[in-house]
Amino acid sequence: MQKFEAGSFDVIVIGAGHAGSEAALAAAGMGAKTLVLTINLDMIAFMPCNPSIGGPAKGIVVREIDALGGAMGKVIDKTHIQMRMLNTGKGPAVRALRAQADKVLYQAEMKRLMEEQENLSIHQAMVEELIIEDNEIKGVITQVGAIYRAKTVIVTTGTFLRGEIIIGDLKYSSGPNNQQPSLKLADNLREIGFDLVRFKTGTPPRVNSKTIDYSKTEIQPGDDVPRAFSYETTEYIMDQMPCWLTYTNERTHQIIDENLHLSPMYSGMIKGTGPRYCPSIEDKVVRFNDKPRHQIFLEPEGRNTREVYVQGLSTSLPEHVQRKLLESIPGLEKAEMMRAGYAIEYDAMVPTQLWPTLETKKIRNLYTAGQINGTSGYEEAAGQGLMAGMNAAARALNKEEIILSRSDAYIGVLIDDLVTKGTNEPYRLLTSRAEYRLLLRHDNADLRLTKIGFDAGLISEERYERFEAKKKLIEEEIVRLRKTIIKPNEETQEIIRSKGGTELKDGIKGQDLLKRPEMTYDDIAKLSPTPLDLTDEMKDQIEIQIKYEGYIEKALQQVEKLKKMEDKKIPDLIDYDAISGIATEAKQKMKEVRPLSIAQASRISGVNPADISILLVYIEQGRIAKISG
Amino acid sequence: MEFDTITAISTPMGEGAIAIVRLSGSEAISIADQIFRSPGNKNLSSQVSHTIHYGHLIEPESGEVVEEVMLSLMKGPKTFTREDVVEINCHGGIITVNRVLQLVLRHGARLAEPGEFTKRAFLNGRIDLSQAEAVMDLIRAKTDRAMNVALGQMDGKLSRLIASLRQALLETLAQVEVNIDYPEYDDVEEMTLPMIIEKSSWVKQEIEGLLRTSSQGKILREGLSTVIIGRPNVGKSSLLNSLVQENKAIVTDVAGTTRDIIEEYVNVRGVPLKLVDTAGIRETEDIVERIGVERSRQVLKQADLILLVLNHSDELTPEDVRLFEAIEGMDFIVVINKTDLEKKIDSQHVEELAGNRKIVTTSLLQEEGVDQLEEAIASLFFEGSLESGDLTYVSNARHIALLHQAKQTIEDAIDAAHAAVPIDMIQIDVTRTWEILGEITGDTVEESLIDQLFSQFCLGK
Repeated sequence: MQKFEAGSFDVIVIGAGHAGSEAALAAAGMGAKTLVLTINLDMIAFMPCNPSIGGPAKGIVVREIDALGGAMGKVIDKTHIQMRMLNTGKGPAVRALRAQADKVLYQAEMKRLMEEQENLSIHQAMVEELIIEDNEIKGVITQVGAIYRAKTVIVTTGTFLRGEIIIGDLKYSSGPNNQQPSLKLADNLREIGFDLVRFKTGTPPRVNSKTIDYSKTEIQPGDDVPRAFSYETTEYIMDQMPCWLTYTNERTHQIIDENLHLSPMYSGMIKGTGPRYCPSIEDKVVRFNDKPRHQIFLEPEGRNTREVYVQGLSTSLPEHVQRKLLESIPGLEKAEMMRAGYAIEYDAMVPTQLWPTLETKKIRNLYTAGQINGTSGYEEAAGQGLMAGMNAAARALNKEEIILSRSDAYIGVLIDDLVTKGTNEPYRLLTSRAEYRLLLRHDNADLRLTKIGFDAGLISEERYERFEAKKKLIEEEIVRLRKTIIKPNEETQEIIRSKGGTELKDGIKGQDLLKRPEMTYDDIAKLSPTPLDLTDEMKDQIEIQIKYEGYIEKALQQVEKLKKMEDKKIPDLIDYDAISGIATEAKQKMKEVRPLSIAQASRISGVNPADISILLVYIEQGRIAKISG
Repeated sequence: MEFDTITAISTPMGEGAIAIVRLSGSEAISIADQIFRSPGNKNLSSQVSHTIHYGHLIEPESGEVVEEVMLSLMKGPKTFTREDVVEINCHGGIITVNRVLQLVLRHGARLAEPGEFTKRAFLNGRIDLSQAEAVMDLIRAKTDRAMNVALGQMDGKLSRLIASLRQALLETLAQVEVNIDYPEYDDVEEMTLPMIIEKSSWVKQEIEGLLRTSSQGKILREGLSTVIIGRPNVGKSSLLNSLVQENKAIVTDVAGTTRDIIEEYVNVRGVPLKLVDTAGIRETEDIVERIGVERSRQVLKQADLILLVLNHSDELTPEDVRLFEAIEGMDFIVVINKTDLEKKIDSQHVEELAGNRKIVTTSLLQEEGVDQLEEAIASLFFEGSLESGDLTYVSNARHIALLHQAKQTIEDAIDAAHAAVPIDMIQIDVTRTWEILGEITGDTVEESLIDQLFSQFCLGK
């Protein structure tokens, strides 16, 4: 094929899913001349699996993306059909927002944002080869022979790399939702010398809404108060669509048992590792066979479609069995299947081959982000895409790299887990993966990250000023409540009594009264009105910061210790073989991961405290040698 | 781990007249201030560096005096580690020094890793380059040895109990987590505050039980409770006196003991003994007659070790036989005293009664046989499974300190639950307890919570 020069860019993003779109928008937003290449322009930010964004941990990631200047939060705020705040009965650290998306609108809105973004070019093409010279990426070559030159390249190919769809005994080469798979690029990555693993994930069937008997299901409405992911959203969609809940039953489970031999999961046809947290229905029935029923959520895929996603019924059983399964479920007896569920296997990078910036260690200026790095989930992909985009642009523009720590953000936890520990199944964020989850809250994502986004150039001057003003008001009010004494007068006692608390004997500081479990900020404000003009969001923030001060303080002390360990950098040229005292296993792990700091090294499994001690002494020795030499 | 305040016993274990517990780190002086009271109520942090202070260590909560000490105050950087250093000079002996160590550990210091003082000295630039290799070798060697000893001495029963506590906590945590990460998942019970309180209280009780009864912990804290029994005039008081005289008494007249039972703390070849002296009873009443009395039974029941004294120059009496019966199934050593007199005792009968227990012959009058008795006590204590040497005690101290921490964190969780704090906050302390207990058994599997989550519950879309 005739090759031709097609242009040169600061950043090229391969793929335009949830990682690719954030990466491209961030790079371009930072001022890098950016090109997105995608196999199918109509698949930008497509949701091949469930039509929802957010939830515990994931929802906080969306907030973080927004605080850093990313797009996901803004787009879902404009295109959702329902929003709910989850875990409202629990503490503030685990509250999380989740939206049901209008899939089609979501895609269209993201595509529009990208089309309008300055410095960003979008082109439909399949990349087949990376141009590499001296272990440095120089550009890419597409299927039609076009050569695009670039300072940096980000690969965000999701499940497209050597993707294979499996339904029953049918197996064919395909990307998600019958898209063209990317075959040559997978081979090319192997040739370059990357370690790839085979992962598997799956999706349930879709049915036509008009054939569902909703009377046999329970309604699951959204919240009736305005909710938004983005700190910039000012218009709220109050016209919401409900989801519906139904259950599998013994009949369903019997069908699965009878047809288990037809499942590629059990016939040995699927070799890829699937995620434990997202098992297929056959997996659930086999592993938890004492459970009489499993929940099935019926989720509309949008306002202008009748397609309904059957959450809970992910399966790769043959289509005729899938039909029988649907028939056995109350409400779905007559449901018309529009698409069958399927499993998909794909190649993923072993993520310990990456630096915490998501640049590959092997090839300079080459980044990977999203499902290719072994994760699953739109939010996990978007978070990585954003960070890879920021770092690739920073490299191209000679700016400083941006690494979020585990105490900064869930995105930091996610990336650190991937590059330090790797993963042996598709990785999903859970709140329990974060050791400082009390600090990584839904409500304070802006306080944690806006400055980083602003410094990178992704947050406007105007937004940043607004943020600073908010921060100042919160601080002022906290100081005020710390000083204000509330007197034990009748009004005070009456409010306390009405809340079921113990009456005051003496005057009490506003903050101490607020610390009582039954008291809210609004109660305190009644007794001691604030002179400040506070929004509900600010009041919420003040209440959380005061109420949980003790716990927050404890967490901050731990973070302080972690920071000191993070400040102890490990020189890149360190020769682990030259350190005699370190255990062999630890040496091998550290050679593979090449941790940047002592803190990161200590998180590698198989590296014990004695190894860390010896490493510290060794590094110090080198430092002294340098000074004296 | 690198920047907190560390402590260790820095004199050799065993029988020195003085032992030193050293603290190093930014909190060293403030920790000492919490537990040290000088006659003039000096505030240590405002004292001049490199000075020595006389006073008492106390339990700050109860005000109880733990030990009389001299305390050396050395502010960084002119110290061995270049950090603030406090050295507590206390009386030698395992019990005393361990009490001091435990006190320090409970007030915020962490037990030093092997070689850690030296390592800090190096990292803070106190030691020159040529010594670095040696430091690394030291860390490796000491760590290996410490690990061997720690593994070797980890009692199977203890580790099983801790494993069961951790599993209970893990299941609780998994349930809390599943409520958080899968809020719509309907067939897992919502973990409620009363449930958390119930589980946590159970764990707390077990930890307290461990602290109370764990033989090593108890022995280190209180000594091996040892009762001397025998008919009148067989030499019980001589035995007591020779044990006390040969082995310097460490604590006498412990507060709270009644007049008729006096406890003497002695250290026999590294084994701390709490000699429960029946002196008061002996003079006025015959202990044999009191065997049937409940309180005397209690004294015997609570004993870890019994020294049964017989008279070499007398035939065995029915009273002697009743004594053997009373202590059946317990750890005891038979002491046949008065070998300086003519033998009348039937050795074979004694051996039959003693079963496989050790028999030692002594002439306390001529100061003979005490060595063999001490040997017998020591070997009974170590039973071949416990190595002597400092690391054994250090590791024990580590377990005890960790159990104290675990107790504290689970109490925090219970208090928070009573105060209706949200469950995900309480969970922080429950998780911490689980981690601390894991440090005792050496289990640090990071993924185990997530593994538990997915094996206990059926989750996902």
